[in-house]
Amino acid sequence: MDNVRGRAWRFGDHIDTDQIIPAERLTSDNMDKLGLFVFGKVNPDFAKNVEAGDIVVAGRNFGCGSSREQAPRALKQAGVSCVIAESFARIFFRNSINVGLLPIECRIEARDGDLLVICPDEGTITNENTGKTFAFKQYPPFIKDLIESGGLMARVRENRRCSR
Amino acid sequence: MTKCKGKTISEKILSAKSSTDAYAGDVVEADIDYVMVNDITGPIAFREFEALSCDALRERIVLIPDHFVPNKDVPSAEQAREMRTFARKHRIENYYEVGRGGVCHQVMIEEGFVAPGRLIVGADSHTCTYGALCAFSTGIGSTEAAACFAEGRLWFKVPETMSVSLIGRFKGYVSGKDLILRIIGEIGVDGGNYKTLEFSGGGVESMTISDRLTVSNMVVEAGAKAGIFLADKVTEEFVKGIVKGTYSKVSPDKEAHYSSELEYDLSSLEFMVALPNSPGNVKPAKEVDVLIDQAFLGSCTNGRIEDLRTAASILRGKRIHSSVRMIVVPASMKVYRQALNEGLLGVFIESGAYVSGPTCAACLGGHMGVLGDGERCVSSTNRNFVGRMGHKNSEVYLAGPAVVAASALKGRIAVPDESI
Ligand code: SF4
Repeated sequence: MDNVRGRAWRFGDHIDTDQIIPAERLTSDNMDKLGLFVFGKVNPDFAKNVEAGDIVVAGRNFGCGSSREQAPRALKQAGVSCVIAESFARIFFRNSINVGLLPIECRIEARDGDLLVICPDEGTITNENTGKTFAFKQYPPFIKDLIESGGLMARVRENRRCSR
Repeated sequence: MTKCKGKTISEKILSAKSSTDAYAGDVVEADIDYVMVNDITGPIAFREFEALSCDALRERIVLIPDHFVPNKDVPSAEQAREMRTFARKHRIENYYEVGRGGVCHQVMIEEGFVAPGRLIVGADSHTCTYGALCAFSTGIGSTEAAACFAEGRLWFKVPETMSVSLIGRFKGYVSGKDLILRIIGEIGVDGGNYKTLEFSGGGVESMTISDRLTVSNMVVEAGAKAGIFLADKVTEEFVKGIVKGTYSKVSPDKEAHYSSELEYDLSSLEFMVALPNSPGNVKPAKEVDVLIDQAFLGSCTNGRIEDLRTAASILRGKRIHSSVRMIVVPASMKVYRQALNEGLLGVFIESGAYVSGPTCAACLGGHMGVLGDGERCVSSTNRNFVGRMGHKNSEVYLAGPAVVAASALKGRIAVPDESI
């Protein structure tokens, strides 16, 4: 997997999917412009200032609450490359993989705006501003496969081709 | 190598459905009995599925519009239409039109999709509700639902299980809501992350299915993957007559391994409230003194006939406080009809409440009771996140139906004894 380099945006613990994308935006006419509304209620500056490649850095239980897949889609459409969190809510974690937003479970030190470099293959995150490097655990083989094959639908397509 | 230790209910169901000998930590690909989507999670699933150009496993798909219906605006009308079109195109019979369904989870239960031993997924986080009937059910994403439409199977990491042993019986109007709020308050909003909460013990028998559904519904608020009650006679009675098809009963082995054990005496529980902005911010209701603008009774958590009966018995012959509006939303058409026949709707209306037909309504800030800047609502729903019910400065206090009704009368958070 390619390395990822981007600026950090700090968030706290238990960031729920209602905050990431509020329910009133969940109509299909918004499906391709979810990025405009990400964190719209709680942090309107985020959508205005986020740049392609930026990285969300959060505490525990990121993405808790609703199963709305629009949450990782909104982050991705806004340009976020990856979410680093101490832990994830399980549905958000699964959804992220399927929409191509990399979820990384790790506790790191970073401030808003710090430049981070993630090496997925080595399992490291380096904060270029502080020079500190943090290690994260490799994904279990099944999940690693899933990420590398491009998410669940890519796998389903592959299965169906093989079984024909 | 044969592993000889016993299994939890989750390990048994996921082993049976994947034809493997699975234990906590294993990843399995398992056959699902049903996959459900609603009007806000369906459209992404439909697009992902159509891109595959294959046949849908139509008998296993359940489509329930509930979040933004009856259509609250033009975009939601278009969205609901997408679901209708998908149902027609793929000849999916399990589609529940407005006026014939209600909140998705309540409909799944009433229509007999749920039974012990089944594996059910839904693109809605509260799909864990069905564990009340000893099924393994959990929330998934829309793309995963699309994969299930095509393949009828999905990957699962077999969860570890926390054992929750219940003894005693609820006192008075104290209910399943108070139990689950107490649990979330204690273990925290990620205290059950990736795990199943398995409920057993003599206390289970004393609980109605309605109370069990409320508890299973909210385990996701502790991060749990599933909340499963052991099946008993009450479960069998409930399932009999409504279940679609056959099912196989399942119970945990004596030597099953649990990651931790909790115990609650139902008779010692009191009314609980979760304060903004977290379902884990829980306090005894009698310690909360807050003025309210709205009281909401409804949702997949507490919109069942038992909840309406409780609230009606507290409201009967009384008037709702002049500064409060109360909104009552039965969870399904069946509940609505039953409430009508039992005269409960009349009680609500006479006391000054607004009664609507079934929908998710204000539960997720959709419509019918959305809050303005600074407004406070005591609600029988399951989430009180920032802005969940409307304006980002509005506040939601989660409670059981008795506290919702008592508070509506007093104009502030109150326990029912004060109002009788
Ligand atoms: S009633 Fe509320 S919690 Fe239940 S499905 Fe509807 S929006 Fe979700």
